[in-house]
Amino acid sequence: MNPIKIFKAGSDAETRAAESIWYENWLLLKKNRSAMFGLYIIIFFVFLAVFAPVVAPFDPYLQNIDLRKMTYFSWPYILGTDDFGRDILSRIIYGSRISLVIGFFAVSISLVFGSLVGLISGFYGGWFDRIAMRVIDIMLAFPYILLTIVIVALLGPTLLNAMIAIGIARLPQYTRIMRASVLAEKEAEYVEAERSLGVGNLELMFMSILPNCLAPIIVQATLGVGSAIIESAALSFLGLGAQPPTPEWGLMIASAREFVSNAWWIVTFPGIAIVLVVLGFNLLGDGIRDVLDPRLKD
Amino acid sequence: MTGDETTAHYFKAKQSLPEFYMYRFIFKRLGLLIPTLLGVITLVFFMLALSPGEPARVILGERANKEAVEKMNAELGLDKPMHVQYVIYLKKVVQLDFGKSIKTGQSVIDEIKARFPATIELAIFSMILASVLGIFVGVISATKRYSFWDYASMFGALFGVSMPVFWLGLVLIIIFSVNLNLLPTGGRMDIRYYFTPITNFYVLDGIIHIFKTGDPKVLGSALTHLILPAVTLGTIPLAIIARITRSSMLEVLKQDYIKTARATGMSEKKVIFKYALRNALLPVITVIGLQFGMLLAGAILTETIFAWPGIGKWLYHAIESRDFPAVQGGIIVISTCFVVINLFVDLLYSVINPRIRTE
Repeated sequence: MNPIKIFKAGSDAETRAAESIWYENWLLLKKNRSAMFGLYIIIFFVFLAVFAPVVAPFDPYLQNIDLRKMTYFSWPYILGTDDFGRDILSRIIYGSRISLVIGFFAVSISLVFGSLVGLISGFYGGWFDRIAMRVIDIMLAFPYILLTIVIVALLGPTLLNAMIAIGIARLPQYTRIMRASVLAEKEAEYVEAERSLGVGNLELMFMSILPNCLAPIIVQATLGVGSAIIESAALSFLGLGAQPPTPEWGLMIASAREFVSNAWWIVTFPGIAIVLVVLGFNLLGDGIRDVLDPRLKD
Repeated sequence: MTGDETTAHYFKAKQSLPEFYMYRFIFKRLGLLIPTLLGVITLVFFMLALSPGEPARVILGERANKEAVEKMNAELGLDKPMHVQYVIYLKKVVQLDFGKSIKTGQSVIDEIKARFPATIELAIFSMILASVLGIFVGVISATKRYSFWDYASMFGALFGVSMPVFWLGLVLIIIFSVNLNLLPTGGRMDIRYYFTPITNFYVLDGIIHIFKTGDPKVLGSALTHLILPAVTLGTIPLAIIARITRSSMLEVLKQDYIKTARATGMSEKKVIFKYALRNALLPVITVIGLQFGMLLAGAILTETIFAWPGIGKWLYHAIESRDFPAVQGGIIVISTCFVVINLFVDLLYSVINPRIRTE
């Protein structure tokens, strides 16, 4: 049986049972070393983001013409300075704020709206399902990178619009996953049992079926934060996301492009930050998948 | 009894039920193609038509007077009601007429045709690289499970999917072009070589050039220019293919027929390559196909970094300058290719794996 099967939380005993299932999953996850490593990376970056003003040695916007393109390890500029003499380390630390916020926000958009559409589609079927699936098919007919770029180009190149665009472009995946799980779950005996007890549609949908469909969505969302961070950096790199002088990682790479021949560190270090944080989410996501859906584990 | 069942019975009598299901599946999937493409065209048209910014102002400049803008709008057909514009556009698109680029004044379809070979060439080379290496790494990982090699390559694959493409491209430029001075930083051909492209696939042109003049420099230059962009574009598919191959191989190696094959005393190499890999490749082929479709669009970043004159870079500049007809045409062409490739992959999969058709 799927370990995440949670029955309708009603009595205390049931609530405790539900809690213990999540707790059990957590214990399983804790044993997965690579997933924990991923989690530590994420916690580290969240810490950097929250305490950026304390941790960062310099003001990320502070320019100093005398200290332009200082190489790495030139004390006190550990990772060197960029073409405006700004401390790269401080900019990377402040950049973690932007990237994490974009990652979570973009995923929230696709998670909430995508799952909701998928839930209603799968549960009620009928005309809503048919129309929704047609729209989703059309959205999936665009390669999502292209879809993201087009949406953000239409909305205007700002960080907020980049987040919205990423959220919309990734939405179909969540709808599909949710719909498929709901369709399978709808036929389960407990649903029939509850229905025969007179449980209403809304309650059935949100309180009984939804919790049982969360596993694949949680996995998708965890991995999704990582890809959203890469995509937002890519948009900023193309000039369609954050605008200067924001210390955004993709933008930092873009603005240092012309110096690849004489100041490689300006390009390299922000990229390493992206790789690390995305790696963290991918490791954690893979670990969660192994716990929640052992069938997928190889 | 429904119509489907009656036909099924008829076919069953002739003992060709599998074919019946296959054709039904193919027709069903083909039938979905047209509404999807119509949806794509409609969405692209209205997204751009309703977006802010007047094309007439883009052509004439911000200071153009009202009369001139109105005259230009009439010329572009933008003074008509939206639904009339839509019908006109649809009629033209069906004839592959996407209008003229606002920026260059040239026919959009001609501009696309001129640039598509560059993108396809890049995508093909990336995909060959990713498939060959990815399958190789995946097979070794699966057969030597839990070995150092397995852990190293799977971590490498995870690293590969965690990397921003544009950053990887720049790092490769820093290492191989700037520091080692081995490979060019961008473009498709050394500008010193004078030659006239025939097919616009420069590798092919290079080979033709050898036959014509015996000079291998053009081919050499085309290939060296391809390496870095192909590696950059191929890294993510490589990682995905390696992971899929590994898990698919592990799944197959568990099967009874592998045990049977081993029990016959067949060499391990033969078991793996003749029996296991063949069956494990089914999902891998699907992923390769889907990734190829993705690459046609994903090339935007790679093409921008390596100044690769393909459709991605062109489309990006069209978006930047709000060149509506070019953007519309570019998106429709890329998406159509994407949808058709996906459909082809689906059909191919149903041909090689009959189980999927009956579902």
